[in-house]
Amino acid sequence: MVLVFAELGNGNLKKTSLEVAAYAAELAKNKNTECIAVAIGNANAGELEKLGNCGIKKVLHADDDKLNSVYSKAYSKIITEAAKNNNADTVVLSHNSTGKTIAPRIAIKMNAALLPGVSSLPDGNNFSKTVFSGKATAQLAAKTNTVVITLNPNSFKPHLTSDTASVEKINVSIDAKDFDYEITGTEKESEGMVPLPEAEIVVSGGRGLKGPENWAIVEDLAKVLNATTACSRPVADIGWRPHHEHVGQTGITIKPNLYIAIGISGAIQHLAGVNQSKCIVVINKDPEAPFFKAADYGIVGDAFDVVPKLTEAIKQIKSS
Amino acid sequence: MKILVCISKVPDTTTKISFTDNNSKFNEDKVQFIINPYDEWYALVRALELKETLDGTVTVINVGKADNEQIIRKALALGADDAVRVDTDPADAFTVANEIAAYAKPENYDIILTGKETINYNSGVVAGMIAELLDLPYVSLASKLDVDGNNLKIEREIEGMKETLKVAMPCVIGAQKGMAEARIPNMRGILASKTKPVKIIAPITNEIHVQSVSFSLPPEKGAVKLFSPDNVKDLAEALHNEAKVF
Repeated sequence: MVLVFAELGNGNLKKTSLEVAAYAAELAKNKNTECIAVAIGNANAGELEKLGNCGIKKVLHADDDKLNSVYSKAYSKIITEAAKNNNADTVVLSHNSTGKTIAPRIAIKMNAALLPGVSSLPDGNNFSKTVFSGKATAQLAAKTNTVVITLNPNSFKPHLTSDTASVEKINVSIDAKDFDYEITGTEKESEGMVPLPEAEIVVSGGRGLKGPENWAIVEDLAKVLNATTACSRPVADIGWRPHHEHVGQTGITIKPNLYIAIGISGAIQHLAGVNQSKCIVVINKDPEAPFFKAADYGIVGDAFDVVPKLTEAIKQIKSS
Repeated sequence: MKILVCISKVPDTTTKISFTDNNSKFNEDKVQFIINPYDEWYALVRALELKETLDGTVTVINVGKADNEQIIRKALALGADDAVRVDTDPADAFTVANEIAAYAKPENYDIILTGKETINYNSGVVAGMIAELLDLPYVSLASKLDVDGNNLKIEREIEGMKETLKVAMPCVIGAQKGMAEARIPNMRGILASKTKPVKIIAPITNEIHVQSVSFSLPPEKGAVKLFSPDNVKDLAEALHNEAKVF
């Protein structure tokens, strides 16, 4: 049996939940076994049934309004119990902030091998995972019979059907000590934008933009593409842009379909964080910028001239 | 206050990655090794800042063989009081967590701090495993940490959101950018580091859960397709019709 954790945010399934559900269903099919999902916290009407679209037949629902935020102890306890009660030997989560926090606990509780951040279905017993911050790929094999897998966001595209899943409420025994911290506040950082690790299109700016007051051209391009904005490390370090926008080896690693780098030279540390992007576009006035070697498309030119033209051209294609 | 900082040895961020032994081992030839940046810049420096303002001790722990001494001395030069090295070459994250938890258990640290992930394996699972093995609260991806009586006040940066929370000590924290600013060791620190104690202890187990079977490098990119700044429209068309990315 494969058990997948389908995470909710404000009562809705997260995008990563559809990815892991589809991945887990496919994994179960290949192993000739069943796959069930577990969800924690309140869900909006009809939401959990949608997991059927990804090939899940049954969803276990720990419907408790005290569990609408992630608590590493409580969540890992519920998921581990669900795995034990259903004889699951494989547990799948997303390699997002929640998965990274609770998967290690689940693996220890189940005495299972933890395969973190895998990017595809296994080839035999081997799971691939990017290592060295995107500079290489490793094949990992579990040495135990039970495994906990976390799937990298944007690695697996769900093929949706119109099937629906049945939902079964489960009782959970959670007490005060399972809440290992008290959440005192939350604040949205990039209002209206898809979070960077989940974004399919990312528009990123570097020192070539000369100052924070010039970011409007980046934001305009991002807006027309419905993209998330990002930046290089020097730009975050000098305070032109917030730290949470920094992509690269010591910032956030991303894997979008399209990455547009504007005024970024392409230091090896930056490339490490973005080189898994499916398509890379580089706009830089220096023809020797190392980023061009890692790019699919490029323009050698002045960003202040090129980027507004690109925004306009995309706008026209989109409206035609 | 008693703080344990877990540090890992990783190749310098500018390293060109290659493999040997039929692509089963990382090629260490001519590679410069450093303390994992998340462990050093954020976890260790914040621990040192807390020690400086609130009194206490900072111990660093590393799981690795004798050639890790160099990065341990760097941590001592930055200001850690003493160090522990578990003398084994760890094959997976579970080994590292198991060894650190076994050492930490009787020591009753108030805070166990480490970086959010290493820049070579990028898994970010050791801290969570230590927390589970010691049955302690765990906060990952912390970008700010302050002490408030017996609690820590923490800010976390997660997907598009900032979260503030309160956690009681003892606890395990994974640190990321924002928690502190990187430091450079001074001459006094470097001299003092040479005589600070490094305790070498034997591993408790050789149990491993995950084997790294082989490694590969990403396929070479084809040549970049360049457009003239006068034909930006053509780039937009190529992205739409050829790459089909919007």
